Amino acid sequence: MTAVNELIPPRPAPVAARRTITGARIAGIAVLALWVLLAIALAAMVINGWDQDKFLRYGPRYLSGLWVTISLVGLAVVFGALLSVPIAFARMSSNRILNGIAYAYVYLFRSTPLLAQLFLIYYGLGSFRPQLEAVGLWWFFRDAWYCGLFSFVLNTAAYQAEILRGAIESVPRGQHEGAAALGLPKYVAFRKIILPQALIVALRPYGNEIVLMMKGSAVVAIVTVYDLMGETRYAFSRTFDYQTYLWAAIFYLAIVETLRHVWAFLEARLTRHLKR
Amino acid sequence: MSGFFSALFTALDPLCGPVGLFTLIGSGTLVSCGETGWGDEIAFGVKVTISLALATLPVGLVIGFLIALAAQSEEKLLRLAAGIYTTIFRGLPELLTLFIVYYGLQILIQSVLAWFGYEGRIEINAFLAGMAALAVVFSSYSSEVLLSAFRAIPRGQYEAGDSLGLHRWRTMRLVILPQLIRIALPGLTNLWLILLKDTSYVSVIGLADILRQTGIAARVSKEAFFFYGIACLLYLVLAMISSFGLGFVERWARRSEVRR
Repeated sequence: MTAVNELIPPRPAPVAARRTITGARIAGIAVLALWVLLAIALAAMVINGWDQDKFLRYGPRYLSGLWVTISLVGLAVVFGALLSVPIAFARMSSNRILNGIAYAYVYLFRSTPLLAQLFLIYYGLGSFRPQLEAVGLWWFFRDAWYCGLFSFVLNTAAYQAEILRGAIESVPRGQHEGAAALGLPKYVAFRKIILPQALIVALRPYGNEIVLMMKGSAVVAIVTVYDLMGETRYAFSRTFDYQTYLWAAIFYLAIVETLRHVWAFLEARLTRHLKR
Repeated sequence: MSGFFSALFTALDPLCGPVGLFTLIGSGTLVSCGETGWGDEIAFGVKVTISLALATLPVGLVIGFLIALAAQSEEKLLRLAAGIYTTIFRGLPELLTLFIVYYGLQILIQSVLAWFGYEGRIEINAFLAGMAALAVVFSSYSSEVLLSAFRAIPRGQYEAGDSLGLHRWRTMRLVILPQLIRIALPGLTNLWLILLKDTSYVSVIGLADILRQTGIAARVSKEAFFFYGIACLLYLVLAMISSFGLGFVERWARRSEVRR
């Protein structure tokens, strides 16, 4: 029988594996260096071209443009969500005419550019001025802001209807049957059982849609709405200073990144009961 | 030979050829082809839109593929660099990207040339600027699609390639890429449709695409609703044709899959 009389003396830590220089590493360093160079160039451009006068003149305009962009997108998303509900239900109905109309609407608005839709509404409906004046709607279609809002609502409603439909259809059949077996009326079953599960599925696409809308909203600048992009174009046309676009880029990136992080937080919070 | 091909294309032109839509229906109206109508101008716009989208596609795909490779590499720095690229260009509005590329490239080229002692105004081609901006946006989106497709391919596929003694990029070409295309195709189809719509932005920097040509026609003829309606319809038709064609491509890519 043997007994251990002495312990193994402590050993030095193993040598750390040397990080070898690979092609990927070189490429990574090169690309990062390029990014840093670009960032330095842009920062130098901003610092060299800094003009207190311009900042005081156009800074407040940028902020008002930011507000126009945010309010436009916020209203468009809310009204689009309201409009998308009947479209989604029409799309799911077994009535072939309703279904066909909803399908045509969604297909039309999803496969034409937002810019073309905006032109069609702003310039196109403008040629029906006498008729619009007769029905008392001219004040609405005369104003570029309203036209932008209108086309955004129509556009996002088509996308949101598809999101909603996909989410509702993703709820398994057994949930409907279970609700029916419990004797719940259809409306209650939908509101209390189907919708909560559907909205969790729809959460991420909704976030993507809001981000897309935020980015798409820049097109209203072309029909003379002074949103963030519009103010940028205004400032550029006055100063011919490239910085104006960089500032707009910073604003847009900040909005989109904030939205993305808020949405990721919301999703993590709302689906915490599904985590295992 | 080239004369033959151009004659063939003229004969088969779906809008203004001898059996074209505008020639058959639109003669004598605002969209007739020739001196009196806008048909040939709009047909030219359609050509510009299609060629811009087709020219952007391969560039965007290649850049997107490289970024997807970088984003899944083991090297941290490379992942960081790819992450910066996708974050920036997915967060910027396409219109803003277009302006930044259009004016930024001019400034860049001008300052580089000024270094070599050339002082003069450089005007870059709107087509090239539009192509660069759209390719940048397309590549940042397609890199995400390709990255998720890469993640869907099991590790065993790479290991099998190694154990067969294939070189790394032969594994990529012969084993990974065919599966990658099949998995990524639905996402890429979506991106193509988005690209087709995004080409409308280049009308803002003065490229004669569908929207610009119809816009000119609308302003001159005061028939805005009619011409912008035509623009929307043309985009709709392009989207229909491409989703029809891509359906074939998808079926071709799935030809070796198990039928269920």
